[in-house]
Amino acid sequence: MATEMDHQIVKDLKAAGIDYITSVPCKQLAGVIEVLDETPEIMHMPSNKEDEGMGLCAGAFMGGMKPAIVMQNTALGVVVNTLATLIQFYQIPLPMLISYRGEVGEPVACQVEMALHTKAILNQLHIPTYHFHKPEDAAELPGILEYAQMASKPVAILCDASFWRASA
Amino acid sequence: MIRNDVFQTLKPIISEHLVVCNIGAPSQELHAMDDQPSNFYMLGTMGLASSIGLGLAAAQDKPVVAIDGDGSVLTNLGTLATIGSNPHGNFTLLIIDNGSYGSTGDQPTYAGMKTDLAAVAKACGTENVQTVSAEDTAAAVQAAIASDEMTIIVSKCESGNVKVPVIKTNPIVIRERFMEEVRR
Repeated sequence: MATEMDHQIVKDLKAAGIDYITSVPCKQLAGVIEVLDETPEIMHMPSNKEDEGMGLCAGAFMGGMKPAIVMQNTALGVVVNTLATLIQFYQIPLPMLISYRGEVGEPVACQVEMALHTKAILNQLHIPTYHFHKPEDAAELPGILEYAQMASKPVAILCDASFWRASA
Repeated sequence: MIRNDVFQTLKPIISEHLVVCNIGAPSQELHAMDDQPSNFYMLGTMGLASSIGLGLAAAQDKPVVAIDGDGSVLTNLGTLATIGSNPHGNFTLLIIDNGSYGSTGDQPTYAGMKTDLAAVAKACGTENVQTVSAEDTAAAVQAAIASDEMTIIVSKCESGNVKVPVIKTNPIVIRERFMEEVRR
């Protein structure tokens, strides 16, 4: 069941002109994905893997749309090459709404392993990174989305378990 | 016929259209033969030409031809499911199937062994999938561009590359001039 926060996130995406979204699901993102499917202003085209999704976003961008990707942090292990050689090399603005699994409140031990690498990978790639830990942090979202367009860069928005729990 | 021979026959057909071309030898051969602002060359990421092509076709109405290879499709096999489930009539995916990884020394791919990419594409939901000979490829691509139905063409050709220079054009230039063609 989508929360008020899920609705607010999609509302902010819409207001920023985001009209194309690809996603690979995560439990924490289920509500956002549910709202996306009820939002006709945004074309939602799920992908099977996040690098494929970034390819779709690059094409949608060159076709005149404003894309974004919704994904889990573990997928940063999948997309390093695509971020460097497609999104960054061709300067494609790409907000990445990322569920930050493996932080405090995580029930699955294995998720911690990629959580430990998440910010390091983003840092290594020089990707502007924002961490939503409390519901009020989401007030920054409109500014972040505008910033991604201005900079023509991928931008990471990490949303951890505490954020989702407090937003429920 | 090898890939470059197929490209020669395609030149008059795709020259005016939006083309997204696979990394390595395919982009280099296309660039050397007929560099156009309407060509988007993949310089870095393997396997994403079909995904970029689909995203582009979904975003606007002009015909889009994505030129991919059997090895590249195998590296992003999920793309066939996404394409099959999101049909866009202006999208044509041409898979140059020479059964080998042409850019890395012509090592054999599974498509050259037991795997039938056309059957996979069909099973993934694309209704109009054609396997054609190298000689018949240009006519098939021309018909696909003219039709309103999304088409996947698997072009069976021989393994081999021609010696052409690497692409030195700045990636932002490639993207900007390509986007200008999209808007035109």
